[in-house]
Order: sequence, then structure tokens, then C-alpha cells
Amino acid sequence: MASEGGATGYIVHHLTPLTVGEGFWTLHLDTLFFSALLGGLFVWFFKSQADKATAGVPNLTQNIAEMLVEFVDGQVKDTFHGRSELIAPLGLTIFCWVFLWNFMDLIPVDLLPLIASLMGMEYMRVVPSTDLNATFALSLSVFFLIIFYSVKVKGVFGFAKELTCTPFGPWMMPFNLLLKVVEEIAKPISLGLRLFGNLYAGELIFILIALLPPLMQPLLSFPWAVFHILIITLQAFIFMVLTIVYMSMAHEDH
Amino acid sequence: MSINATLIGQMITFTLLVWFTMKYVWPPIMQALEERKSKIAEGLAAAEKGQEEIRLAEKKAKKVLKEAKEQASEIVSLAQKRANEVVEESKGNAQKEGERMIQAANAQIEQEMQQARESLRKEVSALALRAAEQILQQEIDKAKHKDIINKASEQLG
Repeated sequence: MASEGGATGYIVHHLTPLTVGEGFWTLHLDTLFFSALLGGLFVWFFKSQADKATAGVPNLTQNIAEMLVEFVDGQVKDTFHGRSELIAPLGLTIFCWVFLWNFMDLIPVDLLPLIASLMGMEYMRVVPSTDLNATFALSLSVFFLIIFYSVKVKGVFGFAKELTCTPFGPWMMPFNLLLKVVEEIAKPISLGLRLFGNLYAGELIFILIALLPPLMQPLLSFPWAVFHILIITLQAFIFMVLTIVYMSMAHEDH
Repeated sequence: MSINATLIGQMITFTLLVWFTMKYVWPPIMQALEERKSKIAEGLAAAEKGQEEIRLAEKKAKKVLKEAKEQASEIVSLAQKRANEVVEESKGNAQKEGERMIQAANAQIEQEMQQARESLRKEVSALALRAAEQILQQEIDKAKHKDIINKASEQLG
């Protein structure tokens, strides 16, 4: 907590990532580390459950894994009516990974930065979803998948036709194209910004609460944390559902 | 708040995670779920079948029981009939035997009476002869009056 410059300094310090490199080639080590760690946690948990998966009576952890799988599978089946090996696992990965990112928000704001500073790291921002790079990495990957599957399902020509000839027919081609391009690009941007905005604001509130007198803090941080349990799940859910919706739109052939 | 190479790193991580999930996580869990689903369906079907079988077996058992009861009552009535017959038969037999015994006794009585009568007659005739002898001791010559004596004894006999 090497805070200098009072409250503003404290806030800025908390929201500054640990970096290496210069310019575009800067790497946010904390974001990379924590998201990889959480991704590893997710993969480890589900892999161990998948190895144990039997048709017999499931135990508690297996139940949890199966509940999540069935939940995602249900969401996919509600929205997407084709056959795809990718969409459901993609949805599960997004839901769990984003949830775990967001969950870092509930760890006391000073705890991990304090440990990091004891280890000699000056900055530590532990919630990957407060990093635009992380949220845009997800939404851009989804965007590329949307483009890929649009071309794959409809063909280059079909996709080009959809971009230029809908919704107003071939005579309004430039207008259609503009509309469609905006529509397509709005998808990843809205996905990424929504998650980032919600979690960044949430984290900011936690930091602000941490600036209050110690006795006041639990009164505010407790209800905010409870509310945040809803927010983090909801944001992960929204990201997943929108991904599924976009992917199924990419699969739809008009 | 700048977009930088972290984005690329995150995309690589994400791709790896999705690939791994798709390859090693999703299929086995889904397969297990499907298997369990079919197992449960099988179990339910088996249970239903079992209940149906129990119902049939109960019906069959009731039928068999009813038949057995009918048979038993038939047997009992037959036995009663037979017993009545046996009783009647032995009654008849006993009566006949009794009659026969009475007849035999009567015959024996008759015979014994005959014998007694015979021996009595003999004794009476002997007594009469002796009495006559004593009365006529002097006058009657045995040889002379042989005819008369014989005649008398013949008459007595």
C-alpha cells in the first residue's frame, strides 16, 4: 500500500496494474497472472470432475459441475437450434471464467496488494475484469468466432450478401453495409465495455468504502458485497448468454 | 486504461481454455449425464414393469387360491358322503350279523332242548321200566313177557 497523495493517490494506486514493457508491448502481469490462475482453477476443477464423471450417483463436487454444465447446456438449447460442438463449451468457459474474475472483487481490496507489496511488487490490481484488455480479449475472440462461423455457415458470398442486402434490400447497399458493420462491431464493444464498466465501478466503490473510517466500513461494504454477489453472477451470465445469442445468429442462414 | 499486448495474451489464454473445455471437459460430463438419463429412464421403466408383474402375479395367486378352496370343499363334501355311506354300510352289516347270531343261538337252543328231551325220555322210560319191574317182580317172567316190555318201551320212546 505505497499510497502517496491521500485519497486520490490511494484510489489511483489500486487501479494501476503491475506492468512490464513499453507502449503497445506493455503486459499487465497481474491481469495475465490472475486470469491464468483462475482459468487453471476452472480447468482443473472441471477436468477432475470430467474424469470422475459416471452415470452413477454423483457426489457433491460432481453435482456442482453437472449443474453448471446442464445450466449452460439449457441456455444453449433455448437459444441455439443447430448442432455445434463449440458453443456450449464456449459458454461454460466464459461463464465460469468471468465469474471467477469477478469473484476476485469480493476479496478485501487491500489484502492481495498488501501481500504483493510485501513481496516487492508496487502495484497489484487483482480483478482481471477491471482491465479492458481482459474483457476485450474475450469479446474480440467472440467477435472473431462470429465472423468465422458467419463465413463458414453462409459462405463468403452469403455473408457479404447479408451485410449488404439486409435489412433494406440491394438498392440501399451502402446504407445497409454501414448499418450492418456498426451492428457487428457494436457486439464486441458492448460485451467488453459492459463487463469492464460494471466491475470497474464495483471495485471503485469498494475502494471508496475502504477510505471511510474503519467502523463505518462494514456497514457499507457488507451490503455492497452482498449486492455484488448478484452483480458478478449476473455479469458472467449476461456475457455468456449474449455470446450464445451472437453465435446462434451467426449460424442462422436466411 | 490502455489496450496493449495484454489483450493478445488474454486471447491466447482464452483460446486455450475454450479448446481444453471443448476437448476434455464437456464431452465426458455430457456423456455421463446422458448415460444417467437413460439409466434413470430404464430404471423407471423396469419399476413400472415390475409393478405390472406384481399385479398379474397377485391376480394369478387369487385365482389359484380360489380354485384350491373350491377343490378342498369338493373333497370335504365327497369325504362326508363317503363317510355316510360307510356308516350306513356298517349299520346294515351289523344288523345282518346280529340276526345271524340270533338265528344260530335259536338253533342251538332248539338242539339242546331236543337233546334234553331225549335224555329225559330215556330216563323216564328207564324209571318206568324199573317201577314196573319192581311192581311185577314176581309174576313177570322176563323171557315170557319180553314182547310186552318191548312194546311198552317202544310206546314210551
